[in-house]
Amino acid sequence: MQLVSRVMALFFNLFEPVFRLGQRLLGTSRLGWLFVGPNLVVFGLFTFLPIVINFVYATTGGVKLMPFERPFTGTENFAVLFECRDYFDIQTCRKDVFWRALFNTARFSAIQVVLMVLFSLATALVLNRKIVGRGFWRGVFFYPVLLSPVVVALIWKWLLQSQGVFNAGLVAAGSTPVDWLTDANWAFFWTVFVSIWAHMGFYTLILLAGLQAIPRELYEAAEMDAASPWRTLTRITLPLLMPNLIVVLVLAMIRAVQIFDEVFVLTGGGPGSATTFIVQFIYQTGFAEQIHLYGLAAAASLVLAIGLMALTIVQLKLTRAASAGQRAR
Amino acid sequence: MLAFLTRTRGRTRLHWTDWASYAYLCVGLFTMFAPIVWLVMSSFKTESAISLFPPTFLPYSQKSVAVPGHDAPLPLYLVRDAEGREREMAQMRRIGIMATMVDPREPAAELRVNINDRRPIRELRFAFSNYTELFAKFDFGRYLWNSVFITVVATLLTLLINSMAAFALSKYQFRGQKAVFMLIIATLMIPPTIILVPVFLVINGVGLLNSLWGVILPAIATPTGVFLLRQYMLTIPDELLEAARMDHASEWRIYWRIILPLAAPALAVLAIFSIMWRWNDFLLPLIVLSKSEYFTLQLALNSFQGELNTQWHYLLAMTVITLVPVTLVFAFLQKYIATGIASAGVK
Repeated sequence: MQLVSRVMALFFNLFEPVFRLGQRLLGTSRLGWLFVGPNLVVFGLFTFLPIVINFVYATTGGVKLMPFERPFTGTENFAVLFECRDYFDIQTCRKDVFWRALFNTARFSAIQVVLMVLFSLATALVLNRKIVGRGFWRGVFFYPVLLSPVVVALIWKWLLQSQGVFNAGLVAAGSTPVDWLTDANWAFFWTVFVSIWAHMGFYTLILLAGLQAIPRELYEAAEMDAASPWRTLTRITLPLLMPNLIVVLVLAMIRAVQIFDEVFVLTGGGPGSATTFIVQFIYQTGFAEQIHLYGLAAAASLVLAIGLMALTIVQLKLTRAASAGQRAR
Repeated sequence: MLAFLTRTRGRTRLHWTDWASYAYLCVGLFTMFAPIVWLVMSSFKTESAISLFPPTFLPYSQKSVAVPGHDAPLPLYLVRDAEGREREMAQMRRIGIMATMVDPREPAAELRVNINDRRPIRELRFAFSNYTELFAKFDFGRYLWNSVFITVVATLLTLLINSMAAFALSKYQFRGQKAVFMLIIATLMIPPTIILVPVFLVINGVGLLNSLWGVILPAIATPTGVFLLRQYMLTIPDELLEAARMDHASEWRIYWRIILPLAAPALAVLAIFSIMWRWNDFLLPLIVLSKSEYFTLQLALNSFQGELNTQWHYLLAMTVITLVPVTLVFAFLQKYIATGIASAGVK
């Protein structure tokens, strides 16, 4: 403990002269720049600069990493990504994996987000009832949220492997084992299931906070009027929960579109490209394959960025509509 | 006990919807925790026990016995003879459906037995060696150290520079302050996945490829952290700062001795988040750290599950160790995490 306070004191003494000097040179109010400086440098270097360079990569070709060594190719990267001889047949596309990744991501997001919202809403509603040990139950659903995606994937991979407990159950029940992770449909099902298993606690928590903010008097009044539970849910709970529901919907959507880690470890994107999603396509094109096609990867990430931007705009629109609706009420 | 469990506020009897709620919660408890319990139990199985099908819940493994004249211990079976009596015998070898057995007490007399007439003797044994051998057989200590180093250093730096920025944005009025704040908040909208390639270039450009600092530095300026801390610091009264300035305290002293201690609750929330982010981080380390001596636990797990497909006993033990710090954080700090998420809507 003494060591800690020594180190802290040393640290304090190290920086104090810098800020004293800064104060003398800049004046007190402009000293703010000195405090916000380190953050801005890191942001500038690792967020804003990359945003700019991303456009450079997307419009240049070749395999060189340094932007000034790369020949300008204009929109060719996008043309390569989207080129198909027959737009009704994915197999005729030059980058059929990209199309499959787009298609998989759309399908995954649509299914996963709906189920995610439904399950976390149901769980939040149950947790909001008068139950014994609410803190414990809340923790039960929240625990997997903290696990790393790799750990989550390995837990399920262990259960789902050909000699795993799921197949043991099937054999014990007199059925035949199933290739859970090497059958395309099952693999897709498990990516959806595992991602919901891992993240629903997070959304449950947001919805629960919203539910607990609804004034009790409203429910008491509803009870006075002998309103049915269903009516109470649809007329009081859901409308008042709408802001939180929108947050959950959009957050879940933005995360679902960017799904990568769990699936990468669980299925590796396979079988074939049945569970290859857009971020994995970017990773493989830019980093994992023999030839690093940075331009193509950057172009694909711009496509992803446009998708995310659209989702954010939808969020803003929805939030505005919801708050306008509440004011009208 | 039952009265306590079935007690409700106000009402005396449980409504059917209460039973349904508890049923739902119990199904949830099973779904959430059974996989983890299964993982932990499996991680204590020996190499031979882990490949048994059907698997058992408890780590049973076949008993073996040292027989004079054989180098390795032989597996023990219960053999049924023609009269239906059973006795313990060790198996020397097996060809097709016939096994050559020997009684450990008289190693000279061999006996050939149909494999259907014998069954393995199992004993409950926790293979702690799965855990201890990780450190001897693999560079596991190094992966652990890399993960701990990244998590601790990155969290300290995150707390420091985010709180400095939050201090500037909440307690000073300078030109461009609004713009800076908006700029920082705007980066919330830019997930790291979409600037993967250029971030790789920048990290390469500053010479941090295959360095732990290449994972630490790019993400220490978190918009979430700045936002969280700024909102909290706004509630600290300005009079405290004015009083300190009267006493000729330097601005750095005000930040260090007044603001930081008062913002401790918000710092704690950010610290917990940062620890979770860093410990569980995967995509950034995956592209920055390609040499195995710099692997974090997550990267090591990922590469082992590709390579050592048959060595599940080590892989599971490694997974459990990776799980431990997060579980401790969960057990002791759950309340703070819950309030953090509920108030800021961040993860």
